Amino acid sequence: MNQNYLSSYVPILIYFLLAMGVAGAIMLLSWLIGPRKPTPTKLSPYECGMLPTGDAREPFSVKFYLVAILFILFDVEAMFLIVWAVVLRQLGMYGFIIMSIFLFLLMVGFVYEWKKGVLDWAPRQSRRG
Amino acid sequence: MTTLLEILDQPLVLALIRVLIVFTALSLIVAYLVYAERKILAHIQVRLGPMRVGPHGLLQPIADGLKLLLKEDIIPEGADRAVFWLAPAITVLASFTAFSLIPFADNFYVTDVNVGLLFVIAISSLGVLGIILGGWASNSHYPLLGALRSTAQLVSYEVALSFALISAILLAGTLSMNGIVKAQLQQGVWFAFMQPVAFFILFVAAIAETNRNPFDLPEAESELVAGFHTEYSGFRFSLFFLAEYAAMVLVSSIAVTLFLGGWLRPFPNVEWLGFLRFAPVVVFGAAGTWCFLRFFRFPTGREWFWQRLMLFALGAGAAAAALGLLYPPVLVASQGAFWFLAKVFLFLYAFIWFRGTFPRYRFDQLMRLGWHFMIPLAIVNVIFCGVGLVLSWELGWNRSLSLLLASGATLLVAAWLARERS
Amino acid sequence: MTFYEVTFYVLAVVALLSAILVITCRNPVHSAIFLVLTLLSVALIFLQLQAEFMAAVQIIVYIGGIMVLFLFVIMLVNLDVAVRQAPYNRQRWIAGFAALVLLAEFTLFIYQGRDWAKLPPAAAEAVQPNTELIGRALFQNYILPFEVASLLLLVAMVGAVLMAKQR
Repeated sequence: MNQNYLSSYVPILIYFLLAMGVAGAIMLLSWLIGPRKPTPTKLSPYECGMLPTGDAREPFSVKFYLVAILFILFDVEAMFLIVWAVVLRQLGMYGFIIMSIFLFLLMVGFVYEWKKGVLDWAPRQSRRG
Repeated sequence: MTTLLEILDQPLVLALIRVLIVFTALSLIVAYLVYAERKILAHIQVRLGPMRVGPHGLLQPIADGLKLLLKEDIIPEGADRAVFWLAPAITVLASFTAFSLIPFADNFYVTDVNVGLLFVIAISSLGVLGIILGGWASNSHYPLLGALRSTAQLVSYEVALSFALISAILLAGTLSMNGIVKAQLQQGVWFAFMQPVAFFILFVAAIAETNRNPFDLPEAESELVAGFHTEYSGFRFSLFFLAEYAAMVLVSSIAVTLFLGGWLRPFPNVEWLGFLRFAPVVVFGAAGTWCFLRFFRFPTGREWFWQRLMLFALGAGAAAAALGLLYPPVLVASQGAFWFLAKVFLFLYAFIWFRGTFPRYRFDQLMRLGWHFMIPLAIVNVIFCGVGLVLSWELGWNRSLSLLLASGATLLVAAWLARERS
Repeated sequence: MTFYEVTFYVLAVVALLSAILVITCRNPVHSAIFLVLTLLSVALIFLQLQAEFMAAVQIIVYIGGIMVLFLFVIMLVNLDVAVRQAPYNRQRWIAGFAALVLLAEFTLFIYQGRDWAKLPPAAAEAVQPNTELIGRALFQNYILPFEVASLLLLVAMVGAVLMAKQR
């Protein structure tokens, strides 16, 4: 493997290791020198001074799940667009038309989601204010 | 094939030095950003802010760091200990490591690779894992809700952010961070002027990505206590905190590199504005003068001795820096970093200023702004930017004119979207 | 051993070990963390093979996107039930047998094809920026798959909506 290629990535590794070392050392240090006097009240989860109610890890709205799926789809789309953006100069009009078809199909999906109300997080009447 | 020894040769030592400089400078900037925020917010609210530790509270970040180090280490009952430790580390590593790809000056960066911009996005996108894991590991209601909200917000605005970046890539035709800056030098214009809408989207998305006001819902005090890090205390809390501020510096650096010409001085190709290269001298000179003026007006009692001494030392340091910068080679060498940092600080000031002035969005409003306005607008902007570029390449239109027309068309779409939205 | 080989073996071992931990961990969130580690080391192997773009996309899409979705799903389902269930159930013996057959096959094929696997010596310089190569391949030679990919994304979008609306 040629040296230029790999050695341009090695500094990132060095940086990462340095940051990890510093963060780890500081966390360890604070664990070593900080006082530890646990009491049941201190260790109970914070709930505005009330007694904790039930397990916190409970199911939540399906909306969050949908947002995550949509994010992946748009992320993949963005990756395609990034490749396209780099080579558009060489492709010219042809490349633009190809991407227009691609984006058109995706916009159809986006408008569908929009009209189905998937992207709305509140009922229509409470939107203002 | 290269052997370990060959790689351990000269370039590695150089890389290590650069890594150390960037890391130290970044840590200092982040620490003093917290101080600057407290101070600026205080002045916006007609208060004094930190004043006790050192003159004008200048040693406050050090005192805060020591205090946080000495705090009790609390892991709540029922928490997943390993994940609870891991989460802040992931977040802070993600926002710090991404700096290894930012060009601070023409010849000063940790590294510059072909797909630099992609790696910056990739590394910083790991931070969201720390947030979601931290919220989950705490085993408490508020952190979990905060983590969910935070993640939903981050991923929504990351889409808008990526699309805004694409316009800059289109203009530059490369993914290398330094290459993008050089493309701006070559084309003689900052991309913010060619693609104002993309710059605007990037700016708004950057505020949302860093959970800053007016999009600071994940840590909305009145609803979620402190969001995903409610159960965190001591230094693990401060790692999350530092990561947030480092992320602010990071998004500012990305925005500056892509749209505001990175390390270029304003109007890099205009000859008669060459006197701008003396700006660093003026800035340091002014700071030194101010410190000396304060020094002479300070009360002279014994209890003020250390404060006065520090003020004097600061003034002397700034004056020495100004004098040193008058030496031509130093002046030339300092140009890139000076302009880069000046632009980044401008951004950071705007972040703090927004926090001092804007009220917070409601969550459904935030998501609606993201999905119903920013994302469609960003997609349309990419398409129109492509149209503009293709027109200038294929039909020989004036590049600036066609891009300006494209931006105008995007603005029309923006107006239509804004009407539809309400 | 060269630097290249050292990094490869380290990454390969990390990828395999964390992949094993993904399926042996009781807690699904821990499994997810090890899956992140697996994906990350695979991304770094891509990077080592000069596929810079693939490495970055692997991190952005898989770790930054899909793993977030996985974590959401893990939180969406009832965790307590999942933790109490044994990670392997009745398929243990069948799975073990299938894995052994697969191992035998792979060993045989790798042994048979040991001469083909010898790569020509690497070029002294990177041939071309990786992203541009991918871009030109994608938009000139593989246009149809590219457009079909957009159709696939469209189907995924509609499918997500339908699934969510049924609840």
